[in-house]
Amino acid sequence: MVRRKPKIAVYKFASCDGCQLSVLDLEDELLSIAENFEIAYFLEASRAVVKGPYDIGLVEGSITTPHDAELIKEIRKNCKVLITIGACATAGGIQALRNWRGSAEFMKYVYATPEYIETLDKSTPISDHVPVDFELRGCPINKYQLLEVMSAFLAGRAPNIPNQSVCVECKLRGTVCIVVAQGVPCLGPVTHAGCGAICPAYGRGCYGCYGPKESLNTNALMKRFLELGRSREEVVMSFRLFNAWAPGFREVEAKP
Amino acid sequence: MSVREKEYRVDYLARVEGEGALYIKLRGNEVVDVKFKVFEPPRLFEAFLVGRMYYDAPDITARICGICPVAYEMSAIHAIENAFKLTVDPTIRSLRRLIYCGEWIESHMLHAFLLHAPDFLGYDDAIKMAKSHPDVVKKALKVKKIGNEIVATIGGREVHPVSACVGGFYRAPSKRTLLEMRGGLEEGMRLTEELLDWVAGLEFPDFEQDYEFVALRHPDEYPMNEGRIVSNKGLDISVEQYEDFFVEEQVPHSNALHSYIKGRGAYMVGPLSRINLNSDKLHDRTKEALSRTGFKTPCRNPFMSIIARVAETLYAFEEALRIIGEYSEPSRPRVEPVVRAGRGCGCTEAPRGILYHRYDLDGEGRILSAKIVPPTSQNQKSIEEDLRAIAPDLIKLPHSQAVWRFEQAIRNYDPCISCATHFLRLEIERE
Repeated sequence: MVRRKPKIAVYKFASCDGCQLSVLDLEDELLSIAENFEIAYFLEASRAVVKGPYDIGLVEGSITTPHDAELIKEIRKNCKVLITIGACATAGGIQALRNWRGSAEFMKYVYATPEYIETLDKSTPISDHVPVDFELRGCPINKYQLLEVMSAFLAGRAPNIPNQSVCVECKLRGTVCIVVAQGVPCLGPVTHAGCGAICPAYGRGCYGCYGPKESLNTNALMKRFLELGRSREEVVMSFRLFNAWAPGFREVEAKP
Repeated sequence: MSVREKEYRVDYLARVEGEGALYIKLRGNEVVDVKFKVFEPPRLFEAFLVGRMYYDAPDITARICGICPVAYEMSAIHAIENAFKLTVDPTIRSLRRLIYCGEWIESHMLHAFLLHAPDFLGYDDAIKMAKSHPDVVKKALKVKKIGNEIVATIGGREVHPVSACVGGFYRAPSKRTLLEMRGGLEEGMRLTEELLDWVAGLEFPDFEQDYEFVALRHPDEYPMNEGRIVSNKGLDISVEQYEDFFVEEQVPHSNALHSYIKGRGAYMVGPLSRINLNSDKLHDRTKEALSRTGFKTPCRNPFMSIIARVAETLYAFEEALRIIGEYSEPSRPRVEPVVRAGRGCGCTEAPRGILYHRYDLDGEGRILSAKIVPPTSQNQKSIEEDLRAIAPDLIKLPHSQAVWRFEQAIRNYDPCISCATHFLRLEIERE
C-alpha cells in the first residue's frame, strides 16, 4: 500500500522570516524532506498552493493585527497538528516590547500617518488565540530541532526536545562557566536549552533567546547580576528582549 | 463604447521574504494604477530601540531580517562606532568583511536558485525544478551551505549570529579554524563558476530602463562595509549626508515607507547597482568568468540581476579566501568603546542593497532616537515603475502568464518585505 505523504503548510505572521528560512537552511535534508512530505503551502518557497486540510501547520510569527487574530483561527481549523516555530509565535517576539507601552505611542515613531495602519496594542503568542500542539522555541529555532519535530511526527512519536537550561548545554560543550570564571552576567541558568549554548562559547553571556525554562529562579539570578555591578534597569532590560512577554521573564520588573 | 478595464492581482506573492501583494489596473492599453503593497504587519523597531543601550542595537536590529541579520548587525555597529568616533583594528575590519561574504553567498544562492530561477523556467518552486535540473539545485544548495558555514564559524550560528559587537567581536576565530574552511571555499568557488555559466544561459526578457543605480563605492575594494554613496547620475556623498539627499514617505497602500532621491525620484539599490558602479573592483577570476558569459556593465535589464547575484557570490568566495590567507589572530577581539553623547550613522551593503542606520545617543550610551532604511524600501518606487513600464507588453499574454511575469519582475529585486516593514500581495485590475 502506498502511504499518503503528510501535507505540510508553513505560515507567517509578524516575524523576521528567520525560522521558516531554517527549513531552507537544511540544505542537505531539503530534497529528502520534499520526498517525505508534501509541501502544500509554503509561500516563501513556492507559488503553488495545494488546498488543505493539512496534516502539519508550522507557524512563525506573533499576532499583532485584528486580521491576523482572525486568520490564525482559520488556520487552526485547517491543520491537524499545529506547531509554533520560534520566539515570535511562542512568546510574542521582540515586537512584544510594545505590550508595556501600547502600539499607539510606538507607531508615531515610525509612521507619519499612523491611521493608515491597523495594529493591535499587544503582540501575542499563537497559544493566546488557539490551542497549539507543540511549541518549538528559539530566536531563531535550531533547524535540527525542527527536523527532529518533523521526524517525530512522521514516526508517530513524541519529539525529543530537552527542557533543561542552557547551563547543561555549556557543561556538555565543555565551556567554563563565564559567570563564575569571568563575572559576566549570563541568562543561561533561567533559559531553556536548544541553541547548544553558543554565546558563552563565544565569550558573552546568554541573552535568553530560547526563552524561560520551566521552574526558573529569576530573583536569585537578578541578585547575582546586581552583585556583579549591574544596575537594576540593566538587569530588567536583559530580560526585555526576544522572549520579553513569556511568563517567567514578563514578571521581572524594575521595582522589586 | 466603454473601454475595457482589466485587473491583475496577486493577494499573497510567493517566493519573497515577507508578506506583500501586487495590484495593477488597466483601462484599454493604458496603465491606470500600479501598487506594490506591503501588508506585513509593522513591527516598530525604531520605536522600541528608544531607551535601549547602544550594545543592544546589533542584536535587536538583526531580528528585522532572518535572511540578512549580518547586514543589520554591521550597519548598527558602524553607526554606533561612528557616534563614538571609534576605529577598529584592521584584522577586525577583515573579519567583518569575511562574515559579510558568508551572508552574501547564503542570501544570493537562496534568492537566485530557490526563489528566482524557477521563474525563468516556468516552475512553481525549486523543488519542482530539482526534478528536471537536479544538478543545478544541488550545487546551489551546496554553495549556500558553505556561505552559512562562514557565518556560523565566525558568528556562532547562521541566523542571528551572536559574535559581532560594537568594537569588534566577542571572540575572534583562530587561524586554524579559518584554514579548515579553505577546502570548502575552493569547492564553492568552482561550483559557483559553473552556476554563473548556467544563469547567464537563461532567456531574459528584452526590457531596459534608465535607472539611477545607487551603491557604495570604496577606493580599494568592492564595497561592503564602507565607502561613499554614489550613483551613475552624479550622486557622490558621504554616509553622513544620506538624510540630506534621500527622503522616506509613507503611502496609504503600504506598511513600508517609500524612499526617493530629493528632486529626482526612484532609484535602484542591490547587486545590479553595485556591479554597475564597481565592476572594476571585482577580483580577476570573477572578471574573467563574467567576460566569458558576455555580461557587460552597465546592465540596465533588471531580469539580469540574477547574473549579478551569482557573480557577487563568486567574488565573495575569492574575497573570503584572500582574507583567510592573510588572517592572523588579533591580540584582542574588540576595542572597548568610550561612550559619548552624539549622533552616528552607518551604511553597509546588505545583499539587497544599501542599508542605512542612524542613532542619537545620550552620554551613557542610551538610544534617544533611531532611523533604519532597508534596501527594499529604497527599491519600492523602482519596482512600481518597472511594473508600469512592463504592463503594456504583458497585457497581450494570457492572464495567468502575465501575472507570473509581473511576479518575476518584482522578484528581480529580491524584495525583503520582512525588512521593509517588514511580504507582498499581487493584484492586477483590467478595466
